[in-house]
Amino acid sequence: MSSLVITLIKGAIALNFALVIAAALVYLERKISAWMQYRIGPNRVGPFGLLQPLADVLKLYTKEDIVPYNANKSFHRLAPIISIAVALSILCVITPASYVLLEDGTRLFIAVAPNVNVGLLVILALTSIGVYGITLAGWSSNNKYSLLGGLRSSAQMISYELAMGLAAVAVLMLSGSLDMNQIIAAQANGRWNIWFQPLGFLIFLVASFAETNRAPFDLPEAEPELVGGYHTEYSGMKFGLFYLAEYANMFTASAVMTTLYLGGYDLPLIPTLLGLQEGSLARVLFELAVFFGKVSAFLFLFIWVRWTLPRFRYDQLMNLGWRVLLPLGLVNIIITGAIVFFVR
Amino acid sequence: MNVTTNTRAQRMNFWEKLYLPEIAKGLALTFKTMFKPKLTRQYPEERWEPLGSYRGRPVLVLEEDGERCVACGLCSRVCPALAIEVQAGETERDKERYPVKFEINMLRCIYCGLCEEVCPEEAIVMSKDYDIVFHSQEDAILGKDKLLVPIARLQERLEFLRQYK
Repeated sequence: MSSLVITLIKGAIALNFALVIAAALVYLERKISAWMQYRIGPNRVGPFGLLQPLADVLKLYTKEDIVPYNANKSFHRLAPIISIAVALSILCVITPASYVLLEDGTRLFIAVAPNVNVGLLVILALTSIGVYGITLAGWSSNNKYSLLGGLRSSAQMISYELAMGLAAVAVLMLSGSLDMNQIIAAQANGRWNIWFQPLGFLIFLVASFAETNRAPFDLPEAEPELVGGYHTEYSGMKFGLFYLAEYANMFTASAVMTTLYLGGYDLPLIPTLLGLQEGSLARVLFELAVFFGKVSAFLFLFIWVRWTLPRFRYDQLMNLGWRVLLPLGLVNIIITGAIVFFVR
Repeated sequence: MNVTTNTRAQRMNFWEKLYLPEIAKGLALTFKTMFKPKLTRQYPEERWEPLGSYRGRPVLVLEEDGERCVACGLCSRVCPALAIEVQAGETERDKERYPVKFEINMLRCIYCGLCEEVCPEEAIVMSKDYDIVFHSQEDAILGKDKLLVPIARLQERLEFLRQYK
């Protein structure tokens, strides 16, 4: 098989996997939020309400698709596509496991686009495009609430992308590469970046919450003040795409944090104890399990924080971004730089 | 004028200003809550049984020897939503009068209980019915066939009225 066909197959698997994960997250979000509020949560559709996301999607498909009068129709249609496309395309550089050594000696990498030497840059660039989806949605709806939501989201994303980038720079200094494989390799055997970069991890975590528009930074949607924000004027599956994009974003953000700070698929000692050879199928399955275990922990954290903390006020959000996280990010870089310079 | 000195924000100590310990406290609270018993009632299977003080659908009391209502029309007169219509007729029984027609429009009824309060015969009382659903506007106008309820099923409400009315 040519490498193109292999990449296409891997891409299809990754896409479907991400969409299933997004649907499962919708269910989990509702269940966990219910438990945190002394409720049971969805339990009517299927066993334990497990078919609830399917029912939701079916409902969204059969709903009327309303485009507001005087809306900019082409941009109104384009916005959800940008959102979901960006959210899903980040998956191509995520490295959930290393490689399988085939019989003819070649390596079959598990990542869709393995060994991209600008992997981290691709992720930062794509998340920057994501803001267009939300801003265009707000602008093209011809609705003042949507516009406010769109403006807020662009201001918020630009502010927090800086802090996020600075935190990522410190990781870059430690690993010496933008390639996701190299970043994971540099953290092998439990030398995870979170032990050396606790401040950077915290900055990146907070910025990720803001980037994915999740509470406590969900100002672009802010239901009580903006009646849903940028997606007020969206119905049917167009709204569904925004919804899916939010959860797909959560998944990719968790995967990126796992890669940058928790050593990706690395778990020290256990593979050697179990005798799993590098390049064997069993090793890859083990790595996948480790990676998705770590990702699930982050996903739970996302949901957990959403149902615990109240929403930030707009000025508090900007203060936190520009006056706390950005200086902290710079300090983190200087300290990391000094240590790397003097110790190595 | 806005108070700008000694505000809540200024009184916070260093750890509170850091946010993080407080956030951790909040997260611990929600995590503990996840494993506590749930308060949800599984409604259609687990129904709620109201107390005697509950004002549900108004009904007419049916005794062994027939209805109590003497068709005086006071309920119809007092009803603020004009939901009740009564037409009186004569009967051979001691009471001499009975309602030929007694209709309550449930789309108009506001469950205020004034009809029950004004009734001299304790003939119209509020029941415990709370799932009141109709498929058309015509169905929502309840006639005598649907309003008359045997007195045995209304004992709790009648006792409540005797005690507190």
